[in-house]
Amino acid sequence: MTILVFKILLVLVLFLISLGVAAYSTYSERKVAAFIQDRLGPNRAGPFGILQPIADGIKMIMKEEIIPLTSNKILFVAGPAITMITALMTSAVIPWGPSVTIDGMKVPLQVADINIGILYVMGVVSLGVYGIMIGGWASNNKYALLGAVRASTQMISYELAMGMSIIAIIMTTGSLSIGDMVTGQHGTWGMGWNIFVQPLGFLIFLICAFAECNRTPFDLPESETELVGGYHTEYSSMKLGFYLFAEYVNMFISSAIITCLYFGGYHFPFMDKVSAIMGEVPFAILCVMVFFLKILFFIFFFMWVRWTIPRFRFDQLMNLGWKVLLPLSVLNMLATGTIIVLNS
Amino acid sequence: MITEISFYSLSFLAIVSSILMIFHKNAMYSVLFLLICFFSVAGLYVMLNAQFLGIVHIIVYAGAIMVLFLYVIMFLNMSSPITIRKSKLIMLAAICTGLMFLFVLFAALWSVPFGHAPQQVDQNIGLAKTLGKVLFNEYLIPFEVTSVLFLSGMIGVVIFNKKETENE
Repeated sequence: MTILVFKILLVLVLFLISLGVAAYSTYSERKVAAFIQDRLGPNRAGPFGILQPIADGIKMIMKEEIIPLTSNKILFVAGPAITMITALMTSAVIPWGPSVTIDGMKVPLQVADINIGILYVMGVVSLGVYGIMIGGWASNNKYALLGAVRASTQMISYELAMGMSIIAIIMTTGSLSIGDMVTGQHGTWGMGWNIFVQPLGFLIFLICAFAECNRTPFDLPESETELVGGYHTEYSSMKLGFYLFAEYVNMFISSAIITCLYFGGYHFPFMDKVSAIMGEVPFAILCVMVFFLKILFFIFFFMWVRWTIPRFRFDQLMNLGWKVLLPLSVLNMLATGTIIVLNS
Repeated sequence: MITEISFYSLSFLAIVSSILMIFHKNAMYSVLFLLICFFSVAGLYVMLNAQFLGIVHIIVYAGAIMVLFLYVIMFLNMSSPITIRKSKLIMLAAICTGLMFLFVLFAALWSVPFGHAPQQVDQNIGLAKTLGKVLFNEYLIPFEVTSVLFLSGMIGVVIFNKKETENE
């Protein structure tokens, strides 16, 4: 019973953290952009502008809600909802920290330690495209439709290379559970991270994560120079807010997945010595903090790239996905398999 | 109790959504209803402790194939409820195929022994580990043949597309 309460609490906390991190990502994105472009960024709402996300949120909700007359009303509303739901669903299988003892039982800091966690992630990622496609189609607008078609093409193409690089990770870990993948990276000093084993796989996964999140340099579904606003051209008020917000939630979740798969999750150097000194609960909190530090670094990296690299052309995007990343990921998979066979 | 409720609601959802998928005039809605049907079937798989099958069902059907269906419907603008002109021959063929499928379904139902208690099976039968062992130990050759079939299908598609562009 206590475990059930603990899990429900964990779900609530995760929900709030996902939204909170996403909200403050919008603020820090503007601050990072300002820093890179030698500007000040938002500095009016509160000290250093830290109330800016709240002001933005209130603005979004107060705006007039417009549903175009010729649109498909039900699907028009369903689009942003599906996008948001799929964005929030993935966090269920991410291990946020080491297990803690409740009622004499070891309970991992994870909502569901299902034994096919990584496949669950792939499944949810492949569903993410529906929100954009349905929303773009229901708007009954040429630009929105083009954006939706671009989004689906891009996401399907990059899912393949992403899956292949994940297969290499599964081969090195020998498990489909993300919990096992993270504990497998403990190594000798807590530094047996997969990045040292799979550098090429990490690069492919990172690029694919950018494409799946529709982030620059792959934000073609909403490229405003060609498509006005892409799939969300017709959206206003909080429905637009959901689309924009889901992008930040996705960014947070994919940073968490990258950390779990390649950067050891909550592991840090000499963690065994630290855990010997500290109690169980403070150690778990420390681990969660380390995990969040790594996630924040990757969120920063997402922003860094956005304000550094210009957008790709669509044919360049397709060429990169199908002619470079897919063969490379297959090669990576073959090499990993060969090394495993030779070592055994 | 919970398992029964979820079983009946999932089955109800699957049946209703598949019926709606067939009878809906708008192709876009048909695809979405089929999607709901896939999800409820995946839920049934998970209830049978076949998590791997359930999630692969979602990845392959809901995540890839249905996206392509949606894509085609969007591009060809097939969403307006139009009645497609069908020749008599095609309708006859469709009726024959449907009846044959019905016959297969009835034959399958016929062989099911109703009224017996369900057999106890290994709880781990649907897990990825068990599935992999069975697939690569007992059914290796059929598995490999299937993959060759898929590969030849893919190569065939590429060749057909190439020819078309050369002729233009």
